[in-house]
Amino acid sequence: MGSDRDPPPGPDRQTVTAQDPTAGIDPPPAVELRGIVKRFPGVVANDGVDFALATGEVHALLGENGAGKSTLMSILDGLYQPDEGEILVDGVRVAFRSPRDAISAGLGMVHQHFTLVASMTVTENVLIGLDAPRFRLRLDRAHEEVARLAEAHGLRVDPKARIWQLSVGERQRVEILKVLYRGARVLIMDEPTAVLAPQEVDELFRTLRSMTASGHSIVFISHKLGEVLAIADRITVMRRGRVTAAALPAAGATRAQLATLMVGRTITESHERAPGARGDVVLSIQDVEAQGDRGTPALRGVSLDVHAGEIVGIAGVAGNGQSELAEVVTGLRACSGRVLVGGDDVANRPVRSAIQRGVAHVPEDRHGVGSAPNLSLVDNLIMKRYRSEPIASGWAIDEAAARKVATELKDAYEVSAPSIDTQARLLSGGNLQRIILAREIESGSRVMIAVQPTRGLDVGAVETVHRLLIQRRAAGAAILLVSEELDELLALADRIAVIYEGRIVGVIDTADADVEHLGLLMTGGDKEPTEPARHVAGGLAG
Amino acid sequence: MDLQLIMAAGIAVGTILLFAAVGEIFAERSGVLNLGVEGMMLIGAVVGFWTAVTTGSAWLGLVTAMLAGGLLSLLHAVITITFRADQVVSGLALTFLGTGLARVLGEGLSNAGSISLLPRFSIPLLSGIPVLGPIAFTEQSVLVYVGYLLVPVAWYWIHRTRAGLHLRAVGEEPAAADALGVNVFLTRYRYVLVGGMLAGLAGATITLAIQPGWFGALTVNGRGWIAIGLVIFAQWSPLRAAAGAYLFGVVVQLTLAMQLPPTILGIANPFFEYHPNTFFLEMLPYVLVLVALVLGSRTARRKRIGAPAALGIPYVRGERGR
Amino acid sequence: MTSLTPGGPRLSSPWTISLEPRLATSRWLSPALTAGALVVALVISGVILALVGADPIRVYIHILGSSLGSVGVISDTLVKSTPLILTGLACALAFRMRLWNIGAEGQLLLGAWAASAVVLVPLVPAGTPGVIVLSIMLVAGFLGGAAWGLIPGVLRARFGVNEIIATLMLNFIAFAWIQYWVFGPWSEGGFQLTPTFPVEAWLPRLSDLAAAVPAFRGLTVHAGFLVALVAAGIVWWIVERSALGYEIRLIGDNPRAARYAGIPIARIILLVFAVSGGLAGIAGMAEVSGVIHRLQDNFSPGYGYTAIIVAYLAKFHPLRVVPVAILFGALVLAGREIQPSGVPAMIQGIILFCLISSEVFLRYRVRIVRRLPAHRARGTEA
Repeated sequence: MGSDRDPPPGPDRQTVTAQDPTAGIDPPPAVELRGIVKRFPGVVANDGVDFALATGEVHALLGENGAGKSTLMSILDGLYQPDEGEILVDGVRVAFRSPRDAISAGLGMVHQHFTLVASMTVTENVLIGLDAPRFRLRLDRAHEEVARLAEAHGLRVDPKARIWQLSVGERQRVEILKVLYRGARVLIMDEPTAVLAPQEVDELFRTLRSMTASGHSIVFISHKLGEVLAIADRITVMRRGRVTAAALPAAGATRAQLATLMVGRTITESHERAPGARGDVVLSIQDVEAQGDRGTPALRGVSLDVHAGEIVGIAGVAGNGQSELAEVVTGLRACSGRVLVGGDDVANRPVRSAIQRGVAHVPEDRHGVGSAPNLSLVDNLIMKRYRSEPIASGWAIDEAAARKVATELKDAYEVSAPSIDTQARLLSGGNLQRIILAREIESGSRVMIAVQPTRGLDVGAVETVHRLLIQRRAAGAAILLVSEELDELLALADRIAVIYEGRIVGVIDTADADVEHLGLLMTGGDKEPTEPARHVAGGLAG
Repeated sequence: MDLQLIMAAGIAVGTILLFAAVGEIFAERSGVLNLGVEGMMLIGAVVGFWTAVTTGSAWLGLVTAMLAGGLLSLLHAVITITFRADQVVSGLALTFLGTGLARVLGEGLSNAGSISLLPRFSIPLLSGIPVLGPIAFTEQSVLVYVGYLLVPVAWYWIHRTRAGLHLRAVGEEPAAADALGVNVFLTRYRYVLVGGMLAGLAGATITLAIQPGWFGALTVNGRGWIAIGLVIFAQWSPLRAAAGAYLFGVVVQLTLAMQLPPTILGIANPFFEYHPNTFFLEMLPYVLVLVALVLGSRTARRKRIGAPAALGIPYVRGERGR
Repeated sequence: MTSLTPGGPRLSSPWTISLEPRLATSRWLSPALTAGALVVALVISGVILALVGADPIRVYIHILGSSLGSVGVISDTLVKSTPLILTGLACALAFRMRLWNIGAEGQLLLGAWAASAVVLVPLVPAGTPGVIVLSIMLVAGFLGGAAWGLIPGVLRARFGVNEIIATLMLNFIAFAWIQYWVFGPWSEGGFQLTPTFPVEAWLPRLSDLAAAVPAFRGLTVHAGFLVALVAAGIVWWIVERSALGYEIRLIGDNPRAARYAGIPIARIILLVFAVSGGLAGIAGMAEVSGVIHRLQDNFSPGYGYTAIIVAYLAKFHPLRVVPVAILFGALVLAGREIQPSGVPAMIQGIILFCLISSEVFLRYRVRIVRRLPAHRARGTEA
């Protein structure tokens, strides 16, 4: 039954040989993909991809954003149908027309963006899509079942809680519960660590280990080299829709080797950066309190100064008040307290007053907030200065001037787009971010708030964004950089402020920072010594 | 003014709104805004009435009215779910089409003479309850009693059944529902159809039971729109929709009743004295909807209850909305 | 690429419709689709007419003949198109911002009422020169419509009330308001109409110039048509050239981005609602002053609703509103005599449906594709 084209799954893997009673007979892979081709208008997302997952292993699928990992796994999950190629489960050919087919074949996907219904309870979310019960929901019985399942796999979560009340880590546990409840033996985890704090990652890894020990197989999709080396048994690397390395044993792999396979060239991991010429305080946040979208306190007395020529990083697990902090400073959210920009209080003033005082904002949601998807690049580029010379002339907009500005910016920031009349929605994430940065930087800002500026971008675009931020710092701007990627903060920031439950729980000079300590602060573990950190954090994170 | 009679008539009139509003709640809970309620009600009203006139059976009229409303709503479903067109514009088009088509079909029905209406009866025992019995359970149309049953059934369906769980999931997070194997398109088609059938039923409730006869577009006279407003006010809950519908019906009946007596509580009745003043009474129901919407939106803000999260957004697999 | 068969995996048809987003569209595709949609709409309407026993060909010939058959009826068509241009502009302006002002009908009625008040209260002394009376009536009409438009504007901006429902409710309220005045305080001898306005309050007609140009004899087209054309030019400048137009465009496409860009959204909602209502109000003034010369019950055959389709067919472009409104003016004119009376509304609905359906071809490449050879998924029956 084994493939005649692929190297058969090696019998030398410890995990399988250790438990497999039929060792030596060469069991078929739990899941195998052969020659998968998937085309989208204008791109070939998967170009003849082979992939084999052995029973009981963690098999990492490594690649940059846009390499085709998620498309491949969406095919395996039945969300997309391949244009060519075949799927085998336990050696039997199958065709998935929908995720339902994949689930009934024992395959479950844990998406990067959680697919949970926020207004429903954990149990209700688990029950969505099941064929049983036929009609009446017996919620009490279901609560018990979910609780029992959670217990068995060490996934701590209250079945009766509503999703919006849960932390990100808990939501991920619900996603895992959903696939386990369906009897999945193969879990596909798409970038599962992207939103987790270091200690939560450790807890996730323990859960994954316990699941492989009980016979589950896991596809671990990631672009983070360190994590892949830490958790995977074998690694398959993809680049631009093709496999560049198939089923490498993780034991012998190195970061440099994987990085080269992933991006096709060696990447420099850190930026050289001149020690900043730190100036006066330009942005001063004083005792700010604000509510979140649900009316619960999101900021509980935040004070922070940012100097000219300085990047201050905000580290924290998603949902601890970072987004609200950025919105308060830019005038998008009401608050109590003061936000001084060059001495003027901009808190609770119209958004325009912050803009006029030179506050630039690279928002978290590029598509939803930072751009107008159906408008042209011109319209997107003049968003912050259509009311000032030379674009404004009286009540009218000087179209020629606007087009001139747009053309200059498009060239200067190397935006690849057919023309300045192209709609913003047709741009790639990296190009859209270049548009936003061009607009925000060129509006002559003294202060810049950048929220998750590199999320979802490919390596080249990430480098561009980092370079632009460092240039801004050199030009004397005060930059507040909110990021969930500690590596990014460590590489760019002069100081890192850790936010936890709406409070700044520590401000650390980057030179003195260590990941373990930051992670502890991010999960509310306070200033405990670093050695027993895992246990303390594990206990507090839930 | 006999308050008891006014209340009883109000409940009957409110039943019309109730059917339409509950139907719209189902459609909107699945994520499809259907603004064509007025058109679907008119089509239901005219088709039901025409059937009753030609076949002599009001029951058959009820069936054809629901089929006609459902058929019209399927047009909306194809255009918004399959073709992913703007739900607002499609709903408006449905209103135009339904209104025009109903007037075309209703040509000559205005003087069709009388038809045999759906039966009215009292419920034994329940009609004996003091105050409530004479109002709610005495000599009401069978459809009023159907309305009483529909409300708890709709609530139970939405909150306590597997189908309702899927309905809510599709309206809140279609991508999540899809990933779990719920057929988003089929679910939306189904509930848009349910909404259309209930709107058709609401129309037939007018012509076959509560206010019999065909008076062109005036037969429905904006009540389809009022039902949509009621859905927002009711925050997508059938229970609150029922309360709103009955209350609204009673207010409408009160305004009618106020035009008749020469004096009210010993004071000269301005609506009797000077007939044009009654036009202010005619405005009252619409003003009431505006007031209800303001109050409703304030409580919704305070309690942070909103429309189904995916309302109005076409679902495309693989695109993350908005 | 998405399978759109509603039954999904349960249906076993080997064919499925596939929609692929179009990245670029050719210049002629949009007008071609619009024309195609109109033709399809007329064919569908014809079939329905035939089914209910009318002769569709005769209906269409009648529409053409009674709207474009002679100079006289062309003039009448322009008269009918005047309020449609103005209300069409009102809708186009608001719809650009995705502000669904369905209340042009009510705003038209209030504009007509306010313009009538100038003459009937009266707000100007008798014998005031026509130019002044008409100017005041124009301003009053604008203000009346604007005030009626501001109500849903405030409800939306301040309380977040859905403007579709609010504007519709206000249409019904406006209707009853007009009835009160024409049945009550302004009624002439107990009939549901007011006394005729003095001649100074009549908008000049082409036929007024018949003494100089005999060819103008009997032509009813009035100065309101010119006002409508000027309004189209102004609205075009606002939406295409002004900073306000840019703000409207941005709010319409992405309100969150607009807020982020510092645009005071609430203020612009109010402004747009006022201007939109004001345009519809001018339409009302033009009707009472240019056509019926009095206020009466039921004088609008639903201009404010037809305007929605006009705006949509013009793709919210102010200059295109003019020819589209003339087309629909013809339909309204001819529609008065067509039996059954619901035919024009039905045709309008079908046109709108065909238009929005045609847009799917603009946004997507629609193809019928064969499904992959069906392999039974393992364990699907389980």
